[in-house]
Amino acid sequence: MWTIGPVGFTAPWLLLGLVLLPILWLLLRAVPPAPIRRMFPGVALLLGLTDDETQTDRTPWWLLLLRTIAIAAAIIGFAGPVLNPKVETAGDGRLLVLIDGGWPEAQDWARRMDRVEALLNEAGQAGRETALVSLTDLPADGALVFQTADAIASQLPGVLPQAWLADEAEILPWLEGLDGAFDTFWLSDGLGHDWRDPALAALRDRGSVTVFESPRPVVGIKPASFVDGNIEIEAVRSRTASDAVIGVMAHGLDPNGTPRQLARLDIEMAAGEASTSGTLALPAELRNRVTRFEIEGVRSAGAVSLTDDSLRRREVAILSAREEREGLQLLSPTHYLEQALVDTADLIDGAIEDIVLANPDVIILADIVTLAGGETEALAEWISKGGLLLRFAGSRLAASDYGRDEEDVLMPVRLRAGGRTVGGAMSWGEPKALRQFGPESPFFGLAVPQDVTVSSQVMAQPDPTLAERTIASLADGTPLVTRKRIDQGQVVLFHVTANADWSTLPLSVLFVQMLERLAVSTQSSALTAEDLEGTTWSLDQTLTGFGEIVDAGTLPGVPGERLAEEAPGPDLPPGLYSGENRRIALNVLDREASLTPAVWPADIAVEGFAVQEETPLAGIALSLALIALMVDIIAALALSGRLTGATAAALIALLLAAPQPAEAQEGQDIEKLLAATSEVRLAYVITGDARLDETSEAGLRGLSDVLFRRTSIEPNAPVAVDLEQDELSVFPFLYWPVTETQPRPSSDAYAKLNRYLRTGGMILFDTRDASTSGFSTATPNGRRLQQLALPLDIPPLEPIPSDHVLTRTFYLLQDFPGRFVSRDVWVEAAPEDAERVEGMPFRNLNDNVTPVVIGGNDWAAAWAVDTRGAPMFPVGRGFAGERQREIAYRFGVNLIMHVLTGNYKSDQVHVPALLDRLGQ
Amino acid sequence: MTQPTAFAGLRRDAEALAAPLPPLLADAEHLAASVMTGAHGRRRVGQGDEFWQYRPSHAGDEARMVDWRRSARSEDALFVREKEWQAAQSVMLWLDMGQSMQFSSHKDIPSKAAEARRLALALSVLLIRGGERVGLTNLGMPPRAGQVQLMRLTTAFATETDAADYAIPDLKAAPLRSRAVFISDFMGPFEPVEQAVTRAADRGISGAILQVLDPQEEAFPFDGRTIFESMGGSLRHETLKAGDLRDRYLDRLSERKDALRGLARSIGWQFHTHHTGTAASAALLWLYTALERGH
Repeated sequence: MWTIGPVGFTAPWLLLGLVLLPILWLLLRAVPPAPIRRMFPGVALLLGLTDDETQTDRTPWWLLLLRTIAIAAAIIGFAGPVLNPKVETAGDGRLLVLIDGGWPEAQDWARRMDRVEALLNEAGQAGRETALVSLTDLPADGALVFQTADAIASQLPGVLPQAWLADEAEILPWLEGLDGAFDTFWLSDGLGHDWRDPALAALRDRGSVTVFESPRPVVGIKPASFVDGNIEIEAVRSRTASDAVIGVMAHGLDPNGTPRQLARLDIEMAAGEASTSGTLALPAELRNRVTRFEIEGVRSAGAVSLTDDSLRRREVAILSAREEREGLQLLSPTHYLEQALVDTADLIDGAIEDIVLANPDVIILADIVTLAGGETEALAEWISKGGLLLRFAGSRLAASDYGRDEEDVLMPVRLRAGGRTVGGAMSWGEPKALRQFGPESPFFGLAVPQDVTVSSQVMAQPDPTLAERTIASLADGTPLVTRKRIDQGQVVLFHVTANADWSTLPLSVLFVQMLERLAVSTQSSALTAEDLEGTTWSLDQTLTGFGEIVDAGTLPGVPGERLAEEAPGPDLPPGLYSGENRRIALNVLDREASLTPAVWPADIAVEGFAVQEETPLAGIALSLALIALMVDIIAALALSGRLTGATAAALIALLLAAPQPAEAQEGQDIEKLLAATSEVRLAYVITGDARLDETSEAGLRGLSDVLFRRTSIEPNAPVAVDLEQDELSVFPFLYWPVTETQPRPSSDAYAKLNRYLRTGGMILFDTRDASTSGFSTATPNGRRLQQLALPLDIPPLEPIPSDHVLTRTFYLLQDFPGRFVSRDVWVEAAPEDAERVEGMPFRNLNDNVTPVVIGGNDWAAAWAVDTRGAPMFPVGRGFAGERQREIAYRFGVNLIMHVLTGNYKSDQVHVPALLDRLGQ
Repeated sequence: MTQPTAFAGLRRDAEALAAPLPPLLADAEHLAASVMTGAHGRRRVGQGDEFWQYRPSHAGDEARMVDWRRSARSEDALFVREKEWQAAQSVMLWLDMGQSMQFSSHKDIPSKAAEARRLALALSVLLIRGGERVGLTNLGMPPRAGQVQLMRLTTAFATETDAADYAIPDLKAAPLRSRAVFISDFMGPFEPVEQAVTRAADRGISGAILQVLDPQEEAFPFDGRTIFESMGGSLRHETLKAGDLRDRYLDRLSERKDALRGLARSIGWQFHTHHTGTAASAALLWLYTALERGH
């Protein structure tokens, strides 16, 4: 690359072409614009006229200049000018390529490796010895092995980012232990770490340091948490300079067991925000299936957040014997259970049969002794499939003979009759405290508060299996909690009540912790070491640095405290850990994580951003050349007299293509709405067939006139409605003639129509084919009606029954003719149970206005009048025809009455009965 | 060649030849319909059908000439009823058939030749309907009346062209004291025109000169380096800056018009300039009245 000042050229030899410019100048100067040949009879008058100016046989100087600039710009453009070109300086001596090697680098790993490869090529050409070290995978013996660049390059594919960050405790000693002089090329992950500065200082002691950083910000998501019934996801990023939208996808299994994207959330981050959280509202069913959240388009472990049971809300059914009595909540056997679980689980009520069908995670029976015959089997089957039955003792259990003589399938142990009471007024001794939990117990590690005492309990029969079934016991060794496994499920019995009658256990934190350990509830907040103390977890699935989830294979178990406290590392890889009853996700980013950008001293060359500043100018130069050539075209046209009015107009039109103002439309809409709402107006749907629309308008005008004359409805002139644009809700009634040519409304228009129908609007569909088809597909209009009405929310229909309210809203009618006489008029079907009441002439039908009336009698044509009020179309023949027109009008009146008054006339038929009753 | 083929060829040629005729004639008739023809009287007493005046009888009047009804209303005088002299007159048309007339500046504007032919034929239609005799000097076609003459004229207009760029008017077969109409763009040399018109005036012929021009010839909307060629290609003129010539060209054009107008005035003829693209009926009306005015 050859540079002049700040500009470099990638192909500088092309600049020699600039030498040709003076030659071009001379050539262009010598060749004037070609003349136009014109036929012109007036040439006889021109003979002998000479030109005043003689210099125009040469190209004018400004046109020459323009063309020279165009050519020069083209030459310069093709020579590849670059502003602030990146000047690479090759060093000598040994080179250490240092890679942070953590998950933040995974998102542009390929680019980094390309850079390393290029670097190794350079080093190879320069004959430099190189070494490659990833900080997450330090050489075992601590020493640097410098090899030829080719050898290092062959190892390159084996270098992969890890799903954790480098450990300060290992790096610094290793750096201290280095010796010899070497230059360092450091591929940083772009994040600020505590060890960054000491490490840099140690490296600078050895030689010069060049840093490569990706300009892309590092993004990640924190573990999802459960807040107010919604999932809250927080995204973090390292650079906050610009606005960004981070798309988070929730992955999980669909009901068929196929992994797929279940939901998507866009988190918008404003400039300056390093972390923003978004909430995702998901139905419980869907939420429980979510296995991980992932940032769209980013491949790194930090962009994946595995979900564990903390996001899963368990379904818990609580059943108690007694009906709750008002005012005695604190005595209710289930009150403390509900309080303990309401935040962390979904509680369900119901009868046992229904509950078992709902397949909850846990069923709690508080002092329930007797179960109906089928219920025991149903429960046993549910338990064997993995259910947890949690039982609490109580006075009923103590008093019953349930499970005395032989072990009940739904009880972990046999019980002795009566139970015992200690420390009461009528008994010996003090209330008993709890014994520390043994290592076999799922409660192992939980601290036992000393104020938890038990005063009454049911006693287990000594049995060979009793010891192994006891998971908690009192200080004197009597079992307090016993458990029995049945296939995949288990039955757990608390030998005390679920309320504070027999013990203070339900009042203590231990109660909640014990429920958690039993996986009755799941905690939505972060787990603490205390919660997990004494538990052992094994890694099921692990996250790679690229954010892929792979099976972990066999690894030693991990103590629960480490899971809660330590950050992921080589011996604690992030992933999904499973314990006895539940799973815990260890994510790369914890809830307190933040991503801070790395800050480098000013004298360190940071590569990666320099690429941004290197601005290629070729595009600008070539654009300039093109623009100059365009101007030249216009100028040449003008010079040679070819730039006529039409050409100029076309050019100007091209330049001034301006958008049309859209305000006028809005104003018209508002005027139309005002006009429609200030008075009753009938409306018809514009079909696009001008003649038909005219008929519709005339028809509704005729009907409006009749309504005005005969009834108290005084409508104004009818309105044409465009389904796509107009607001429908202001019209009580729409007349929709069906043509085969009518285009289908858009889905937006259908949404509007459905809203209109649901909120009490009425549409009169008129196929205008005398219903010959019976609304099958026999006629084109019938077919079209089916197509048009398919997306509409139309209830079941029936031919208009003889006692429909339409037959009597104003006139008493039995026929509904238009220009045609057909009985086939369809309205919303009457409910199945509509029956005729004794003494009533009519059934009490729908309590609503029928949303559609469908017929084919061409009513608009029968109603249509011209501006003088004379009928526009003949109806029938002679007097009978006029009678038919009259009945058509009466149908229209009834219809509009029905639209505007609803079932008022239906109610009217009850009046005699009401009067009768009042009289009594 | 066999006879049927030759016959077919003849027929085809004849049809091709005849093809423009009906439209041209129909066009002309359509144009002529815009002028209401009245009785073409000579505004003097003579042979005719139309009443002209009553005059007192004087010696020499035959008794059958006395209008007894008018005479009975007067005390003592006898009146003679006189008719207006209605005599057919001869109108000779000269139509410029030169190449320069073929010019049309725009596809929507008819060429000057087409416009001139339409006008000439429409005038012929009017005149022949009025009972006049019309002839065409280009072909030496003597003035005759009747529909047959109209057909002959139509044929002549449709087929006749002149290879020369600018045609020279002539007055072959023009009877003495007849009327003449010269239709041309008068772009060519002026002297032959002047000579022809003066000679015609010498023979007692009166008439009208109609100059047909294209709008572009009036506007000269050219610019830049241009080579102007006449329609036939006989003349050419090159300019480097056509825009500069505009004023001088327009001066020359108005000079030419003034010369024609002066010539016409000096011998009692009428002069008018018609532009193609404007309504032809106005020009026809002018032509018609110009012939009326002449006597």
